[in-house]
Amino acid sequence: MSILVYIRNVGGQLKKQSLELSAYAKAMADALNLDVTGLVIGTMADGELKKLGNYGMSRVLKVDDEQYNQRVNRVYTRIVEQAVNKTDAKYILFPDNAQGKAIAPRLSVRLRAGFIPQVLDLPSSFEPFTVKKRAFTGKAIATVTAHTERVILTPMLNSFGLPENAQDLEIQSFEPHIEEPDSRLELVGKQLSEEGVQLADADIVVSGGRGMRSSENFAMLEELAATLGAATACSRPVADDGWRPADEHVGQTGKIIAPNIYFAIGISGAIQHVAGVSGAKCIVGINSDPEAPIFEVADYGLVGDAFQIVPELNEVFRKHMHEKK
Amino acid sequence: MRVFVCMSYVPDTTTKIRFKEANTQLDDASIQWVINPWDELALTRAVELKYDAASPVDEVEIVMVGGVRCEPILRKGLAIGADKATRIDVEPLDAFQTATQLATYLQGKDCGFIVCGIESGDYNEAAVGGMLAELLDYASVSSVSSVQFDGDAPVYQRDVANGKEQVKVDGPAVLIVQKGFARVPKIPNMRGIMTARSKPLDVIPAIEVEPLVEFVEYAAPPAKGRVKMLNTPEELVRSLSDEAKLL
Amino acid sequence: MNFQLTEEQIMIQQAARNYAQRELIQDVIERDEKAIYPTEHIRNLAELGFLGMLVDPKYDGGGMDTVSYVLAMEEFSKVDSSIGVIISVNNSLVCYGLEKYGTEAQKEKYLKPLARGEITGAFLLSEPGAGSDATSQQTKATDMGDHYLVNGVKNWITNGNTASVYLLMAQTDPGKGHHGINALIVDRHAEGITLGPHENKMGMRSSDTHSVQFTDVKVPKANRIGEDGFGFKFAMKTLEGGRIGIASQALGIASGAYELARKYAMERKTFGKPIIRHQAIAFKLADMATEIEAARFLCLKAAWLKDQGQPYGIASAMAKQYAADMAMRVTTEAVQIHGGYGYVKEYHVERLMRDAKLTQIYEGTSEIQKIVVSRAIESGDI
Repeated sequence: MSILVYIRNVGGQLKKQSLELSAYAKAMADALNLDVTGLVIGTMADGELKKLGNYGMSRVLKVDDEQYNQRVNRVYTRIVEQAVNKTDAKYILFPDNAQGKAIAPRLSVRLRAGFIPQVLDLPSSFEPFTVKKRAFTGKAIATVTAHTERVILTPMLNSFGLPENAQDLEIQSFEPHIEEPDSRLELVGKQLSEEGVQLADADIVVSGGRGMRSSENFAMLEELAATLGAATACSRPVADDGWRPADEHVGQTGKIIAPNIYFAIGISGAIQHVAGVSGAKCIVGINSDPEAPIFEVADYGLVGDAFQIVPELNEVFRKHMHEKK
Repeated sequence: MRVFVCMSYVPDTTTKIRFKEANTQLDDASIQWVINPWDELALTRAVELKYDAASPVDEVEIVMVGGVRCEPILRKGLAIGADKATRIDVEPLDAFQTATQLATYLQGKDCGFIVCGIESGDYNEAAVGGMLAELLDYASVSSVSSVQFDGDAPVYQRDVANGKEQVKVDGPAVLIVQKGFARVPKIPNMRGIMTARSKPLDVIPAIEVEPLVEFVEYAAPPAKGRVKMLNTPEELVRSLSDEAKLL
Repeated sequence: MNFQLTEEQIMIQQAARNYAQRELIQDVIERDEKAIYPTEHIRNLAELGFLGMLVDPKYDGGGMDTVSYVLAMEEFSKVDSSIGVIISVNNSLVCYGLEKYGTEAQKEKYLKPLARGEITGAFLLSEPGAGSDATSQQTKATDMGDHYLVNGVKNWITNGNTASVYLLMAQTDPGKGHHGINALIVDRHAEGITLGPHENKMGMRSSDTHSVQFTDVKVPKANRIGEDGFGFKFAMKTLEGGRIGIASQALGIASGAYELARKYAMERKTFGKPIIRHQAIAFKLADMATEIEAARFLCLKAAWLKDQGQPYGIASAMAKQYAADMAMRVTTEAVQIHGGYGYVKEYHVERLMRDAKLTQIYEGTSEIQKIVVSRAIESGDI
């Protein structure tokens, strides 16, 4: 028996969340005396995969076949199912993001396995399987049990940490048997996004609200983001007004993210917005209004005019990053 | 072309969430129920497509799993512009039970595609769409941000990790849609509100399905520590670097 | 007795609230400051059906009840009472007057496009020398056989420039006093009509208010509403319903200011606690909430009577007088609760306070409403 971790493949690169998932799986595996196996679909170099060995993974199954580089949810589900059978996996872990959630529910149906997304902590019990998850857009924490033979989890980013645990990682090729792999889905176009950090994966996010006053003023946030290697984001009214693209909207009805640092600049901090970043390790609020609700949820606060603070901050960060190098 | 929109109902986003029965159940006494915001965007776009002469969509039906209390929400959906609503008469217990009810109803029904909002604002499962697709053995296209048409064939645009893709599906698909699918939810007009009651709202019995997971208890999230107010950008950088150790 | 709103009423309330909180709020400060007419919003609200929401669907209206109208007016006026007055004049004066008293031909020609909101209307009663005392109309509509010839000046006309249709009150036979007054439908662009300058008002600055001068304006006889000499009664009857609209507008201004004050009082801290925990502020909010609720009931009661087909003139006078005076008190307190912030435009409450003042003046001053109520007391009607 084992714990199977679905490893997200972003153009041959690992994401930090896969390392976290590996560490999370290892903690479960130690309690149950199991081992941790990863599954990666599509091309990824062994050197990249080896990183997973630092976080408790002992085996990776790689489906290194170009025909699977294109994600087809139905096909991917069947590949994971075959890996589950091969490794006799009792627990299957996916990243808590759009890709994980595109496949995990389908797998849940095929295996009749309980599916628990947005997991916040290690399981508190294995018999029955019990774990805490986020509910009501972060306004509550639910305790959930699954009585099924197998369980599928998507632990949230930052819910566990990243303890190192070096293992000898064995990399095995895995050949699934899929009939007509992509007969139903036809790719008719693709646009690569511009260079820049993707919001969902970013360690640092620089986000602006209505307090930025106009779309032009977001240039200074983009500059700050470039200095920090951060992604940019915004609050709902800003996206609704078209100052920023809709996919940058963070909040209850936008993206849910969990970066290490979230800069909320000129964002008042309505609960609908905060619901989108409650998983962040650290929230920095910058607002001209000392009474803004963002300071109720922020870890650090600066009161003042964003148009003055942001360029200053950019300078100080630039120096800091330079010194660090 | 008929389009199905699967809707769920959730507490209004500004509602305070409280629990009862020793924190085992949601206290729904003072809750105002609304259409799940993502489902509302899905419905908005479906209705826009119906009124867009260039699109083959000519019928929009809402399907919801829920008790009688969700009928006002279904009628709101009809007021927004759906042609028909179907309520499957059982309280949703988990994503699997909900998806199975939907699949049982939708099995074999002719349609162009089925739209589900990315997740519901209550249990945040983001699971019903994927499960439904698997139960129906349809393709699922997730993170869908728009639908265009190539003749009568829908072309779905989905967000992927490094950009956007446009895909076509042979046969019906389940779309899991997100923000951007419609800009803002459509506000129903007087005519829509007035005619909502005259549109069909069918209630059909549920089938027996065991849920796969059980919600046993709820708690409030841990209280956040107090904010540390700083005076200068230098102090902030020092705190993030030396104290929080995040830089 | 049943205080439960119907599902449709709740939907209309939510539709108005969503539009107000999502769209009107965006540019309301700028429109107030620069006195910009909300062309785009009026077009959107017409599409949603709010411009003719009370009109029977057979004349292309929304077919909604007056209770729904009160709810919608409150929601719009919480954010933007200029929108409130434009909707109110169109619905409860112009459309109502035409639907209730117009001929089928007049309804076909004028009511339908007004109800669809493709065009708006204005109600022309006030004159430089005839405001509260509407009997002393100086504008003349001389009977020329097949048409009237109109000469005179009307004042304080809401939608004066943007309207396409005027409902005009003018004196045809001074010998008969107010029984000589006629109500006429006049094309805004008819020859001989000149507008005075846009009034630079203290509040409701986004609605366009003008004086209108008539010089030998020809109006066909077919455009007269009702029998010869029906004009004064027409105006008074129509204004009874109009008062519900303005009362609801005042209610909205007050509840908008109260909601902002409440939010501010929860967030703003002095002496180590939110100011809502200081009794001086808490009691102000308690008074505001109670008075707003009282006004809401008066508005809904008047609307309910109208929907039931019962006399509502006294109820609407009470609602308008109380709601308008209450709105002035509540908005003043809302500014006080905000302190210095309340005195700057960014925080919205100063605008609501300026807007509130007009509700005590137009469509019958608070004093006129008291005349209506006190006469009813004397006559034993209440």
